[in-house]
Amino acid sequence: MGDTVATRVAYGKYLKELGATNTDIVVLDADLAVTTNTNLFRDAYPDRFFDCGIQECNMVGMAAGLAAMGKTPFVSTFAIFGSGRAYEIVRNAIAYPNLNVKFCLTHAGITVGEDGASHQSIEDIALMRVIPNMTVFVPSDATQVKQAMDAALSIDGPVYIRLSRFATDVLPEKPFTPGKAQVLREGTDVTLVACGLMVEACLKAAEQLAQKGIEATVLNLHTIKPFDEETVVSYAQKTKKVLIVEEHSVIGGLGDATATALCGKGTFAFKKLGLQDVFGESGTAAALLESYGLTPENIVKEVMSL
Amino acid sequence: MELQELKNITGRIRYNIIKMLGESQSGHPGGSLSSAEIVTALYFHTMHIDPQNPTMEGRDRFVLSKGHAAPLLYATLAEKGFFPKEDLMGLRKLGSPLQGHPSMRKCPGVEASTGSLGQGVSIATGMALAAKKSGTSEKIYTLLGDGETQEGLVWEAAMAASHYKLDNLTVIVDVNGLQIDGKTSDVMSVGDLAKRFAAFGFHVIDLADGNDMAAVIEALDTPTKPGMPKAIIAHTVKGKGVSFMENQAGWHGKAPSGENLEKALQELEIN
Repeated sequence: MGDTVATRVAYGKYLKELGATNTDIVVLDADLAVTTNTNLFRDAYPDRFFDCGIQECNMVGMAAGLAAMGKTPFVSTFAIFGSGRAYEIVRNAIAYPNLNVKFCLTHAGITVGEDGASHQSIEDIALMRVIPNMTVFVPSDATQVKQAMDAALSIDGPVYIRLSRFATDVLPEKPFTPGKAQVLREGTDVTLVACGLMVEACLKAAEQLAQKGIEATVLNLHTIKPFDEETVVSYAQKTKKVLIVEEHSVIGGLGDATATALCGKGTFAFKKLGLQDVFGESGTAAALLESYGLTPENIVKEVMSL
Repeated sequence: MELQELKNITGRIRYNIIKMLGESQSGHPGGSLSSAEIVTALYFHTMHIDPQNPTMEGRDRFVLSKGHAAPLLYATLAEKGFFPKEDLMGLRKLGSPLQGHPSMRKCPGVEASTGSLGQGVSIATGMALAAKKSGTSEKIYTLLGDGETQEGLVWEAAMAASHYKLDNLTVIVDVNGLQIDGKTSDVMSVGDLAKRFAAFGFHVIDLADGNDMAAVIEALDTPTKPGMPKAIIAHTVKGKGVSFMENQAGWHGKAPSGENLEKALQELEIN
C-alpha cells in the first residue's frame, strides 16, 4: 500500500487534468477552493473557474444555469453545505430537470475532525440518494476518485461524489463499473459492506479476522445509487452474516440501502456500524474514528459478536 | 410590431390564462395577469427566439423565476407558436406537459424548471455567466415577483450578477404589492426595490406602470450600461384586467369558476 492521499486532494489534481482536454468543464466553489483543492483548476483555467463567495445556494442555482447553457459544472464545497444548506436547490434546480452537474463535495463524515459537528456531514449520502435522477459515488481512495470522476462525466445528469479530508491508503487499482460493487476479498464467514474510508478499515479488519480463522468477504460499494443488490444479496446469502461499516449516520445511508436490498432475501445476522443517530464532535480524525467504533479493531470485535 | 398589435396579443394571453385556469380549476391568476404586458413584450418584441426551433443555438433565454405564473408563460408560448393553443387546456392535468410550475424537460420553450422562489434568478445568473464567458450573444431575462425578493437567494444572485459584470442579464421585478398572506408591506416589507437593486450594482429602471405596454417596451429597449446587470422594477396591478381580481391577494392562487369565470372571460373579451 504505502502512500496515503486524501480523496479531496486526488479530486483537485484530476480535475485540473480533465480541464486540459474537456473545455466544457467549469468549476464553482464557495470560498473553499484552497481546501477542496479546486484551486489547482482555478490557477490553471481562471476563465472557467467561478468563486461564488460564501453563497452555496446561489452556487448551485448558477450551476443549473451554466449546465442549461451546455457547460459541465463541477460544484465543490464542504459536503455539509453542498448537500445540506443547498439541498432544495440541488433537488429542484438540478436533479428535477436532470441537469449535468457534478457535485464533488469534500470534508464529508466525522474525519473532518477538529472543526466539530457543525462541519461534519453525516447525512449527505441519505440526502443525495433519495433524490430522483441523482447518482451517488463514494470513492474509497485516491485511485477510485479518478475512476468515479470519469464515470461521472460519462453520465448526462447529476452525480454526487463524496470526498474526504482525511488521508488514507491508496488501494490497488481495480476495474470500476458504476453500480457494480467491487469484491475486494472473498470469505465464507461474514460479509463486510463498506464505502469510502471504511473500505480500508474493513480490509484491515479482514486481515485480523483471518488470523483468528474467520474469513470475511469485503465489498466496496463505491456506488450507493444505483445500488448493486445482486452482489450484496449473493454474498449475504453465502455468509449469512452482514456487517455494514459507514462513516455516516446509520439512518438512510449504505446500511439502510443494504437492509432494503436484503429484505425478503433470507435470514441474516445484520448490524450497521456508523453514527448511531448522534452528532459528531471535535477531535482528531483518528480519535473520532476510534470513539465512534469505526476502526479495524472494533470491526473485528463486532464481527466476533455478530 | 405595432403597439396596438402587442396590446391585442396581451389581451388574448389574459383571456387564455383565465380560460386555462377555469378548465384546470387550479393555479395562480393574480400574478399571471399582472405580468402579462412584460412577458408579451419579451416574446413578441425583445427576444431573439424561434418557436419552430425552440433549442436554436444563440437564442435568448427567459426564466420565469416566479414560476407560479406558469399560465402566463404557457399562454405566451402558445400564442408565439411553440405548441398548439389547444394544449393549454391540459394545464395541471395528469400527463400534460403543462405542469403546475414550469418544467424545462416537459414543455417546449421552457428554459428552466422553476417554482421554488428565488431559484430562477440564480439560474438566470448562471446562464448569463455562461454566455459572457463563452463570448456568445445570448441575452438572459428573468421575471421575479416582489414577494419573491424576500428570499435571500435573490440577493445572493444579485451580488453575483454584479460581481461578474453580467450586462447580458435583465432582472424584471413584478411589483404588484401582494402575496399569499396579504400586502408585502404587512407580511415582510421589501422596501424600495429600485434602491436595493441599485445598491447591489444594477442599472435600475423604475417603471411606474408595468401594465403600460409602451412604457414596458421603452424600459426593455433602454440600452444596458456596460458591465452592469439591468433591473426593471415594474409596478403593476395584481389581477390586472379582471375587475374583481385587481389588487386582491385572495386571487393569488385561486382559480375562478362559475359566475366568476364567466364574468372574467366577458371582461377580457370586451377589452
